[in-house]
Amino acid sequence: MAIRERLSGNEAVAIAMRQINPDVMPAFPITPSTEIPQYFSAFVANGQVDTEFIPVESEHSAMSAAVGASAAGARVLTATSSCGMALMWEELYVAASNRLPIALALVNRALSGPININADHSDSMGARDSGWIQIYSENNQEAYDNFVQAFRIAENEKVLLPIMICQDGFITSHAVENISLLEDDVVKNFVGEYQPKHYLLDDKSMAVGAYATPGFYMEAKKAQAEAMKNAKQVILDVAKEFKAISGREYGLFETYQLEDAECAIVIINSAAGTAKDAVDRLRAQGKKVGLLKIRVFRPFPAEEMAEALKHCKAIAVMDRSEGFNSQGGPVCAEVKSALYGCEEKPLIVNYIYGLGGRDVRVENIEEVYAALEEIVAKGKVEDDYRYLSLRD
Amino acid sequence: MAKTLEIRWHGRGGQGAKTAALLLADVAFNTGKYVQGFPEYGPERMGAPITAYNRISDEPIRVHSNIYDPEYVVVVDETLLTAVDVTAGLKEDGAIIINSEKAGEELRPLLNGYKGKIYTIDARKISIAALGKYFPNMPMLASIVKVAHVMDENDFLDEMQGSFKHKFASKPEVIEGNMQALRMALQEVK
Repeated sequence: MAIRERLSGNEAVAIAMRQINPDVMPAFPITPSTEIPQYFSAFVANGQVDTEFIPVESEHSAMSAAVGASAAGARVLTATSSCGMALMWEELYVAASNRLPIALALVNRALSGPININADHSDSMGARDSGWIQIYSENNQEAYDNFVQAFRIAENEKVLLPIMICQDGFITSHAVENISLLEDDVVKNFVGEYQPKHYLLDDKSMAVGAYATPGFYMEAKKAQAEAMKNAKQVILDVAKEFKAISGREYGLFETYQLEDAECAIVIINSAAGTAKDAVDRLRAQGKKVGLLKIRVFRPFPAEEMAEALKHCKAIAVMDRSEGFNSQGGPVCAEVKSALYGCEEKPLIVNYIYGLGGRDVRVENIEEVYAALEEIVAKGKVEDDYRYLSLRD
Repeated sequence: MAKTLEIRWHGRGGQGAKTAALLLADVAFNTGKYVQGFPEYGPERMGAPITAYNRISDEPIRVHSNIYDPEYVVVVDETLLTAVDVTAGLKEDGAIIINSEKAGEELRPLLNGYKGKIYTIDARKISIAALGKYFPNMPMLASIVKVAHVMDENDFLDEMQGSFKHKFASKPEVIEGNMQALRMALQEVK
């Protein structure tokens, strides 16, 4: 029986962690993800989990301890945000290249500066090439559901990669909303026991973090790249099993009113919900608009997205982080390259939006659709790299 | 689209406006509704103006923006009336509830031409009488429940009794005072 609850996004993720009952959680607090280790350490203190909680002295140490524990054969998770993940940078690559299936709850927050504690995606987008699987969540429900699925994906022997489950800082991490939780036993059975094949505490000898000369380094990277490709099917397989226990359906992305849409937006995380309300308002006026919400950003579902978007006349790709490449944000670059091979493809405009927690209203998204309508009428995009709701 | 009740709270850091918004989400949730309760975060410090929000609906809520055109506004600190445009976007068929010993009409000149209903409640007097200390958020919570007809008043009191038992498990002596503050506010808001 599903449990009807109301929880913040942070509390929802902490409950998923309790139900998973990992072996080790090293963590260092940082706004807005602080509540996750805070709730979890209460579960440890109350004996609700038998996790070894390691209160480390920095995020660099948090990910280092995660790498060590995971290499030893433990199931490990942690949580962080923004500058906290920036301090983990070196170890993010170490975790991925050593093929350690660590799960990270990332509560998206802007990077400095100016110093800002609010939501944007500059932290996870900056880490997009670190070799971690990245899954994004629109609301507390998705953050919880994605976290429950995380280890099944990461630990699959065709994958063996670390995974980060992202949600928007404050907007969903601190908003109390309705949620449907699974029972503890259901999650426990779904996640299963972790049985690593190669680990340091095993009797067989093994090396972790070895040096690779130019003669071998590339092969290691190719193996990582192949694992990331494999992750796509595994993510879909796990989602199918998850649907069987929850009734909730997940794919690589979600489409909303997209099938016959002439104008569409591509968006990630909490603003997707706001955008769905905008779609409903415009559909009520007879406008053919839709959206595509990216769930899985790494691996990037390029072929599938191209197939879903190629019939549109114009699309706006929404980036909640700057890429500073002087042409647009990282999501837009990926979507453009996904569509490059299509014979028929939409006109594409990029919007940078919501940086540092700039609020995104239904009306703001309606402005984007109005701009798309104008692009379709003109048959061309005049300025393809725009900022949404910037001060005059 | 489904009708969603939108409420905006204005308070000062430390007065419990965020806690009140989350408690309102709790009690509305317990009546079977879909809810949102969330604060707007800036640099947090005691005394600075803060905003918190509630959405309450019969349908799932997807929007994740702040609230700009609320049906109701709750002002936890009267001094905010001259510091913040508390009636911005407030619908005229809605209402504003202000923590003040004054009558609503006396405060209207401070409300930037707002023409809708004004309710006031002396949360300081109630809080001091019931709790011996100034915690304005409980009287304000009871007031919005009553004015916005969020739920039956007796059901509300029952819910809060249960919630306080959980929240104040380690200091049960404060429960009765908080309950008294709620009961007094339900009587006195006007």
